[in-house]
Formats: sequence, structure tokens, C-alpha cells
Amino acid sequence: MAYLSLENVGMEFKTSKARFTALQDVNLKIERGEFLSIIGHSGCGKSTVLNIVGGLLTCTSGGVLLDGQEVNDPGPDRAIVFQNHSLLPWLTVYDNVRLAVDKVFGRAKTKQERHDWTLHNLSLVHMDHAIRKFPEEISGGMKQRVGIARALAMEPKVLLMDEPFGALDALTRAHLQDSLMEIHTTLGNTVIMITHDVDEAVLLSDRIVMMTNGPAATIGEILSVPLPRPRRRLELTEDPTYTHCRGEVIRFLYERHRHADAA
Amino acid sequence: MTVTANTEDRPAGTAAVPAIGRLLSGFVATLPERGRALAHTTVPPLVALALLVGVWQFLCTLPGAALPPPTKVVADTWELIANPFFDHGGTDKGLFWHLAASLQRVAVGFALAAVGGVLLGVLIGQSSLAYRGLDPIFQVLRTVPPLAWLPISLAAFRNADPSAIFVIFITAVWPIILNTAVGIRQIPQDYRNVARVIRLSGPEYFFKIMLPATVPYMFTGLRIGIGLSWLAIIAAEMLIGGVGIGFFIWDAWNSSLMSEIILALVYVGVVGFILDRLIGLIAARVSGPRGRA
Ligand SMILES: Nc1ncnc2c1ncn2[C@@H]1O[C@H](COP(=O)(O)OP(=O)(O)OP(=O)(O)O)[C@@H](O)[C@H]1O
Ligand SMILES: [Mg+2]
Repeated sequence: MAYLSLENVGMEFKTSKARFTALQDVNLKIERGEFLSIIGHSGCGKSTVLNIVGGLLTCTSGGVLLDGQEVNDPGPDRAIVFQNHSLLPWLTVYDNVRLAVDKVFGRAKTKQERHDWTLHNLSLVHMDHAIRKFPEEISGGMKQRVGIARALAMEPKVLLMDEPFGALDALTRAHLQDSLMEIHTTLGNTVIMITHDVDEAVLLSDRIVMMTNGPAATIGEILSVPLPRPRRRLELTEDPTYTHCRGEVIRFLYERHRHADAA
Repeated sequence: MTVTANTEDRPAGTAAVPAIGRLLSGFVATLPERGRALAHTTVPPLVALALLVGVWQFLCTLPGAALPPPTKVVADTWELIANPFFDHGGTDKGLFWHLAASLQRVAVGFALAAVGGVLLGVLIGQSSLAYRGLDPIFQVLRTVPPLAWLPISLAAFRNADPSAIFVIFITAVWPIILNTAVGIRQIPQDYRNVARVIRLSGPEYFFKIMLPATVPYMFTGLRIGIGLSWLAIIAAEMLIGGVGIGFFIWDAWNSSLMSEIILALVYVGVVGFILDRLIGLIAARVSGPRGRA
């Protein structure tokens, strides 16, 4: 039995005019500690899949099982890192994380422990120097780091990330990818990450899920990335396995499932 | 105010303005750093005020002027200006007591409007059913002029004071409701999602997300509301009588005391301005520099 499994997941949206089938027969099994990324053209239904796992959306057919339990509402065991950080602007960096820590560990940990745990998670993402700052006083990359710290602080069974670095410049993005790999190595989280970036997918993932175009999108192909960890981006640029995986993803996206609009 | 430095060959009237400007900036430049910032904000309005009073004085000393000039207003009402706290019983009281009575009515009516308006605003902001049901009704009711409510409230309460308070309430409540509702409807979906993921309870969501995200909007409504309340109370008091600055004005009119009316208007304006700034200050305090959602 897989740690997380999606079984025949389908999603139909009711719009004002008609029904729209976004997803059909999505089947996926994810092992504990696995880093999985989902890639596909814009609008194919990646966010929908992630939000179903996160419980923000309820699938109209099939179901999701996490650690033997059915998922049907949002919860801290499936922490989400949103694309636009979604920090609360009236709270400091520290308080943004602390709010989640207090809520999730209010009973299990003492006040001092919650304080330490908040600081610990902020230091994991290298943000312990700015804990008293407000979101608008820090850069986009830093905000995203705090968003990740908030999610990690919930000790989720699965960490869900919807294009976490999509809004960042290439250099900042590379820094954050390195941080994320470092964290994944130390904590061994199970991660599902949506991305548009082929290099990001190959560098970070154990497996890459490639989705077909909608409507009625589903999983087209799953590619394993057999690169040993720790991975270093500089050494990988020449690596034949890396180049091969990259080529596979690009071939899928641009040859076999070209986006209708992009043609 | 006499400006004679007119070196350019332009008509004297238009040259006065740049000349004053030059005088002013020369004056401001000689001040030390901190005083200069203060002078920057206070000197122009003071000069403008002096000009206005000058024009008024000039126009009302012309033969046949119907209104008293400022010098006469001050002379006529010196007793009232110097002595705001006297109380000879009945409605024969100092201006302080009239203003206090009006402010008290506004305080009660506005407090009720603030509580009721925020609650109703939260209701129609949160529930789209309530919004669809109530919004059209609110949109119609809010266009009813405040004084049109007075006869109804007099009939309902059979008493002047509660009627005046009701008029304040009904005047101030609409902008508070509508702005609060807008504030709630614009809370980004992301914040709601965060709340759902960490499983905030209803009250926790209200205090930790909804309130902070909506406060700037609420205060916009409260600020409009307090201004309207002050407008309405003066008019309402003119009709209901008793102690209050509105009644004071009406009473002065009946006794043809123009100077007293003018003095009262100045006080009304200043108090209205202070009320507006007060809410503005509280808003800045509560929502802080990072209050924007
Ligand atoms: N609430 C909704 N109501 C109706 N249709 C929806 C809704 N949410 C998503 N859709 C549709 O479902 C499809 C998948 O949307 P989704 O957001 O999952 O795409 P995506 O792969 O995440 O795209 P992107 O890469 O641009 O983020 C789209 O065609 C979208 O229009
Ligand atoms: Mg998306």
C-alpha cells in the first residue's frame, strides 16, 4: 500500500453554462519520502490535482488516500506552499510561522517549545535574521522561504507546492532550489511540486509526472530520475542521465502533447 | 495684509500672489530644519485664512451689507467666546454645553451604527445569500436623506433624544455596512486557504484573518459615517429643539442674532474636522503602516 495514492480521481467543474471535465482517471502512487513533480501545459489541471490532495477541492469521482486515511478536507498534514507566498501582511515573519505552529501544536508543545520550533523552521530556510520584519519589507524570494518555513513547521505528511518558485528570477530560484534539496535531504519529506520548469523538475525530483492537455486531462507518462543524491547543479549539466531525462520531458511536452494555443 | 513690493509691470492684483509666495519662501528658508517642516504645513493655510477673513471684512463693511464683518462678530459674541461654560438653566447655556450635548448624541448614535454596521457588513460580506437579499434594500435605503427619517422616528419613539440618536444611526450605518462588506469580499482566497489548511475555527478566523484584513475598509466607512453623523445632528437638532448646537443656531436665527450663528458655524466646522481626524488617527494606529491587505 502506497503512502499516498490517488485512485481514479476525476474532477468536473460546474460552470454557469455547462459542465467541464478537468480531470479524468488520475491514478498515482507516491512513496514516503519521495519527491515528485508534476509538469504539464498551462491549464491542464495541475493545480486542480494538488488542491484535491490538499483538500481545498473535493474530487467528483475517485478518491485520495494518505497513510491509510481518506482525504476530504484541508489540514496541516498536507501543508501547502502557494505560488504567491500568501503570508499575512499584518503579521511579522515570525508571527506568520508562529500562527501555524500555535494552531497545529497548541496542545502538544509548551509555549517555549513552540517558540523554539518556529525559530528552528525559520533557520532551516535561512530566514532567522529577519524574523521581526513584515512581509512587505522582504524580497519575493525571502517571502517564499517564509512560506516554506510555515509549511515545514506543520510537520506535514506531504508537502504540497504549487509553482513555489514561479514568480522568482532565475538566480533566486536556484538558491531556493538548493535550499529545498538540502531540507529534503535532512528531513526526508514527501513532496509534490508543480512546476513549469523542466530543469527544476529534473534537478529536484525522484519522479516526474507529465500530464496530458485538458479537457479531461490525465497522467500521460511518469519518468523516473535515477540521479544519485546529493545532486549538484554544476556537475549535472554534463551528466548523460540528466540530459536524457531533460530530453524526455521536453519531448513529451513539445512533441507529443503540444498545447493547442501554443502550436 | 499689505503687499506693496510690485516691481514687475503687471496689474497689482495678479502680482500679489507671486509676491506673497516669494515672501513666504524667503521666510520659510530662514527657519531651522524642524520649524521649516512645521511652517511648510501651517503657514499656507494661515495665510489663506487671513486672506479670506480680509475679503469677508472688506465685503461686509461695504454699505448695505446684510451680514456682519468678522470684527463685529467677535465684538457681538465676545461673551460667548470668553465664557463657554456658563449655565443659566434651560437652554440658556454656554457653547461648550451645546456642543457637548450634540457630541453626546453623535457618540451614542455613531457607536450603535459602528457595531450594527460592522455586524451587518460582515453578514453580507460573508454570505452571498444575505448579500443578494439585503444589498438591494440597503442601496435604496441609503439614498433616503437623514432628515426624512426624523418624522418616522419621532412617531416611533415619541421623544426627541432617541429620535435624534436614531437619525444619527440611520445616517452613519450605510457607509459602514457597505465598506465592511467590500472589505470582507476582497479578502484574498489565499488567506482563506491558509486558514483552512491550519484549521482555524470560526472565531479564530474572524479575529486573526477577517478583522485585520478588513480594518482599513471598516475605517473608511467609519470615517464617512462620522462626517455624515455630524451633518445630520445639526439639522436634526434644529427641528427637535432642546440643548444642542443645532438648536442653538436655530434659536439664534429666531432672535436674528447673525453673529451668534456665524460663531456657531465656526465651532461646528472645527468640531467636525476634529472628529474626522480622530477617526483617521485611530485608523492609522489600528491598521498600522502594514495594514493593507
Ligand atoms: N473553479 C473552477 N471552475 C471552473 N473551471 C475551473 C475551476 N478551476 C479550474 N478550472 C479549469 O480547470 C482546468 C485546470 O485548471 P488548473 O488551474 O488546475 O490548471 P493548471 O494546470 O494549474 O494551470 P496553470 O499551469 O496555468 O496553473 C482549467 O481549464 C481551468 O479553467
Ligand atoms: Mg496552476
